Amino acid sequence: MTNHESIAEVLHHAMRTRQPIAPLTSPESSSSLDVDDAYQIQQEMVRLILDADGGRPIGYKLGLTSKPMQEMLGVDQPDYAPVLSSMVFPDGHTVDLDRYIQPRVEAEIALVLGEDLTGPGVTPMQAWRAVDGAVAAIEMVDSRIQDWKIGLVDTISDLASSAATILASRVVPLDGWDPRLTGMVVSRNGRVADSGAGAAALGDPVGAVAWLANTLAPYGVTLEAGWFVMTGALHRAFPVEAGDVVRADFDRLGSVTVHFTRGQS
Amino acid sequence: MNDYADLPRRLADAITTRTAISPDADELTVSRAYELQDELISLLGRAPVAAKLGLTSVAKQQQMNVDEPAYGWLLQGSHVEVGNELACGELIQPRVEPEIAFLMGRDLEGPDVTATDVLRATEAVLPAIDVLDSRYAGYWFTLPAVVADNVSSARYAVGNPVPLSQIDLRLVGCVFEVDGRLVATAAGAAILDHPAAAVAWFVRALALRGRRLEAGTLVLAGAMTAAVPVSPGQVVRATIDRIGSVELRCGP
Repeated sequence: MTNHESIAEVLHHAMRTRQPIAPLTSPESSSSLDVDDAYQIQQEMVRLILDADGGRPIGYKLGLTSKPMQEMLGVDQPDYAPVLSSMVFPDGHTVDLDRYIQPRVEAEIALVLGEDLTGPGVTPMQAWRAVDGAVAAIEMVDSRIQDWKIGLVDTISDLASSAATILASRVVPLDGWDPRLTGMVVSRNGRVADSGAGAAALGDPVGAVAWLANTLAPYGVTLEAGWFVMTGALHRAFPVEAGDVVRADFDRLGSVTVHFTRGQS
Repeated sequence: MNDYADLPRRLADAITTRTAISPDADELTVSRAYELQDELISLLGRAPVAAKLGLTSVAKQQQMNVDEPAYGWLLQGSHVEVGNELACGELIQPRVEPEIAFLMGRDLEGPDVTATDVLRATEAVLPAIDVLDSRYAGYWFTLPAVVADNVSSARYAVGNPVPLSQIDLRLVGCVFEVDGRLVATAAGAAILDHPAAAVAWFVRALALRGRRLEAGTLVLAGAMTAAVPVSPGQVVRATIDRIGSVELRCGP
């Protein structure tokens, strides 16, 4: 077993047992993992999850798309991971918090592709033409690293801290409106928790899709027609508790809701 | 008990000499503070041309440990016309915020006015940039102190008026940029859950003092994001989805 495989096993075990582990790259550890290593570990982790749970990749998520998050981790680019079908749920879904370690939620615009998109050289305009429409989405992130003490290598290796994606069903064509300006209000138990607009995702959710297509090109990966891209949080992620109802309302896209409980599955 | 009778004069001097003062108003009540605000405005000798609301976000209220917003008045000479620069040198410590402004089409008054009443009485909404300038050093103040200081009122810029039809002000997105770089995003609900709810609060607060909101008044409904300090040479832009954008160049 390679070093990458064994680290992926440890992360996958942490995910399944809900027992978080120490950061992979703490100052005390002797490892010298870089970003390339991290994406290889992530690929191993994807393979382990698919072997255990079945399913397939049905999209991608972008992380670290906001300036504050990038500054916190000392990076100037986002990160990404495939979204696996076993981790995607419909609007109104109830999440059992006992199945996760330290989840947080964030509202995002998901963009659905109508055509394949292959880099390099994809422009935001080409991405716009390949996008079928936008969907209201909530991402629940979780970290298999103790207390969210993540560095860049930790979060990339750990499936970009993915846990669950809740997607509305309505795909709204990008027709005469600008996703950068589209407003979003996220409420927790009926009270406004935060708000934002599409530009919070890398300045432009459609530009973020172009960035992803170009970034995946060297690995021979095409963003496939029918896949969706979670373009990044429009506000600061916040933790949730059993009994919470989180709802994100988007101008033009409508709403998406997720309920949280404990010990019901 | 201290009635702070000298505070309006100290604040007026702070404005004319561009020198911040310390708040030093521990015993000041909110109702007394609004009287002092009136005195400050008459000392300055400039007529109100628009109203402005402050402390309208839950985050800001929690930060200041208060549970109500505040209102003040933008005075003659405070409108930065399209094509003109903000004269930073006339101010002490300017900060900018993106806002939605309401142009009232009808008079509104009374202690029971609701957000729905406000929407019915609104002729148009405008994208706005509110330029704050606290006369208290470092923006360090209590709710009564900031009320007495006319809610840090200094300058403002607005874009074009747009009719309200078909716009859900709760959900409209706002993108705030300085020198072309994204500073913050928000939606209308950042203002007291709904910008019209903030204006309704304002009308009810005026009613407590026997006043009304008159047709033709422009009301800046409160910040959608945290305030950002500005300096000469910077260009500030607020874009509100479905309403439009407004840009402000900062000069010396």
